[in-house]
Amino acid sequence: MELEMSGIHKSFGAVQVLKNAQIKVGKKEIHALMGENGAGKSTLMKILTGVYSKDAGTIKINGELQEFQSIKDSEQKKIAFIHQELNLLNEMSIVDNMFLGKEMKKKFGILHQKQMTKLVKEKLQLLGLDVSPKTLIKNIAVGERQLVEIAKALLMDAELIIMDEPTAALTDKEIDLLFQIIRDLRDKGVSFIYISHRMEEIFELCDEITVMRDGSFISQKSTKDTSFNEIVKMMVGYDLDDRFPRVEVDPGETIMSVRGLTKEGKFEDIHFDLKKGEVLGFSGLMGSGRTDVMHAIFGSVPFDSGTISVDGKEVKIDSPIKAKNLGIGLITEDRKHEGLILDFSVADNMVLPSIKNFTHKKLVQPKKIASSVAEYIQKLNVRTPNQTIETKKLSGGNQQKIVIAKWLLTNPKILILDEPTRGVDVGAKKEIYGIINRLKEAGVAIIVVSSELPEVLGICDRIVVMHEKRIKKIIPREEATQEIVMEYATGGGE
Amino acid sequence: MKKIGSLYDKYGTIVVLLVLVLIVTSINPKFMTMYNILNVFRQVSINGLIAFGMTFVILTAGIDLSVGAILGLTGMILGLMITSGTPDFIAIVAVLLMGALLGLFNGVLISKIKLQAFIVTLATMTAFRGITMIISDGIPAMNVTSNAPILDFFSQGSVLGIPFPMILFIASFLILLVLLQNTSFGRGVYAIGGNEEVARLSSIPTDRIKTMVYVISGFMSSLAGVILTSRLSSSQPTAGMTFELDAIAAVVIGGTSLLGGRGRLFGTFIGVLIIGVLNNGLNIIGVSAFYQQFIKGVVILLAVILDRKNSQ
Repeated sequence: MELEMSGIHKSFGAVQVLKNAQIKVGKKEIHALMGENGAGKSTLMKILTGVYSKDAGTIKINGELQEFQSIKDSEQKKIAFIHQELNLLNEMSIVDNMFLGKEMKKKFGILHQKQMTKLVKEKLQLLGLDVSPKTLIKNIAVGERQLVEIAKALLMDAELIIMDEPTAALTDKEIDLLFQIIRDLRDKGVSFIYISHRMEEIFELCDEITVMRDGSFISQKSTKDTSFNEIVKMMVGYDLDDRFPRVEVDPGETIMSVRGLTKEGKFEDIHFDLKKGEVLGFSGLMGSGRTDVMHAIFGSVPFDSGTISVDGKEVKIDSPIKAKNLGIGLITEDRKHEGLILDFSVADNMVLPSIKNFTHKKLVQPKKIASSVAEYIQKLNVRTPNQTIETKKLSGGNQQKIVIAKWLLTNPKILILDEPTRGVDVGAKKEIYGIINRLKEAGVAIIVVSSELPEVLGICDRIVVMHEKRIKKIIPREEATQEIVMEYATGGGE
Repeated sequence: MKKIGSLYDKYGTIVVLLVLVLIVTSINPKFMTMYNILNVFRQVSINGLIAFGMTFVILTAGIDLSVGAILGLTGMILGLMITSGTPDFIAIVAVLLMGALLGLFNGVLISKIKLQAFIVTLATMTAFRGITMIISDGIPAMNVTSNAPILDFFSQGSVLGIPFPMILFIASFLILLVLLQNTSFGRGVYAIGGNEEVARLSSIPTDRIKTMVYVISGFMSSLAGVILTSRLSSSQPTAGMTFELDAIAAVVIGGTSLLGGRGRLFGTFIGVLIIGVLNNGLNIIGVSAFYQQFIKGVVILLAVILDRKNSQ
């Protein structure tokens, strides 16, 4: 399909979110749509799929003008949107999900189960997915769910598929498979609009790149004619010379020692030391057990055996309360479900773990809270109109800063950050690295779990590589390269 | 414009209350006499105490269906203790403690064994009522207050002309308001209703707080039971039946979300008064009992629809 959106304007009340936005997608093309959070990518895509109406501008499909009033209209023109948070019902089967709302019926409204199952089976096979259509969604892997969404798009003969951050929850293997499928479909004539914050992916997969900033179209480039730096510069509007600013700190004494930590089926014999003023990276494939180890150290998930010592003393951490009292903080990877109460204000979220520090004779002191919150909003450069706005109204990067502030307010000695920059735009990423550096200089011991290799190599002093629930190797930064880390992470490197 | 919106959001239920009061007064001015106003407060105190406890529970996204049964059971035990010669002061303290313990039982099942609040309290509601029937043989304990001046004071007493039930109602409101708004415990109650997993990972003692809200609810129910026993001067084995529904109605009218995390105790205070004014006012202007039920239902719906509009 050939798509041309041009001169798109859109305002919500007094706020103009799109001015002169455009995107031109050719036949058999994987087209990246890039921009920082708030650049207007989602709004543009919602206009394309008929969720929002545009104030001005034109949408042409294969040269013909289109007006979409609803999602149904855009689906009829064979446009499918696969959202980051997949729209699948976990308790229903694959086939029920794929035909949800458009079930095939026989006489008297009886469902045509056989026919639907057959069609679904065909599509799944096309994608190399070997599971029964009757399997419940909750029983298949996240990567497979992504494929079910694609199969759903194929079911409606989609000629343009929009994908929003499809790899955010996938393992490297699953990503490879997904890319292969996207390329195959492209060669069969399907076009893609691909939204992602992961630069490496964009350059690996996409043919064309459209960059947006502040609701406007900035530029369209062929991937082969451009570079990381050029794209980043267009996205943020200025030179972002150094993606990973570093500070060198002589690490202090060991603050935490983990010995033989084991939880059956999750991780085995985890063994490492962490020093003050050190950033220890945890690398490895999705499912290698990194997040589980962090939750065990933080006391939020119990473990079977092994010991944890803090400041040379063996400690028993069986709840996040104990962890906090020992000076340990955990910034969880899933900020929407584990990090923030989205309906709560910036201030209410920030003081959740440290509320006891803001009481006098058992009574909460609102003024003290307001001034501390204001201090951290400024320190971490959180862009928010005020302290009382609900956190769900802020961008991913600003939400992440609030989660970090939450734990900084507890004055941690050990701070664990699990995927601290996931879904965060380039500018905010750099700011988060800056925060990590400042903590490092202040002598805080830091663990960063990250699936982004350049990030791990860029900010960590030592890198723990996990493979299949065990620590495979701990590599000093000077000796680490992407290739070496990858080799250990996939089980090689002996 | 936005300011007016947020004012309305805060005080919308007050508007409903004022409109009700105006309508009732315009039909029968006797409603606005001091005597009747004190009477309204006296009448709402029982539902009020229960509804305050229920607010804590609902804010954590829970529900307590056993409040009426706790009221019935503790009230029955109070009557039996006094008629068998226990001094009323000791009996009152004992049943208040017992209300808290029954709540603790609910709370532990819900927070530690991770059962759903609706199911746990549905079961305990049935079981507590059963115990009440067993120990009373289904027969009320009569003349409970005749030799029990302290118990009698709970419904008939007054301080500076203010009926004691009304004092309990307002004092409980103020104490619980501070507990909910100005302590880390109160913050935890909201946080658990907002997102329990986030609360737990934020090192909030979620299990303890979840248990405590049912303890508060049980305690408030038994306090209401003391007042009711005093007012009736007898312990009825069926006392408190369907009281949970009035309490939940008051909480919901007051704008607290059944999904938890959002709501205010002041809203419940107004919600309790709305139900009270309806009951009292409809009587005063001579509406028949059948119509009263219907009108109450309509007002609950209207209040919730208004609140829904506000929150969007």
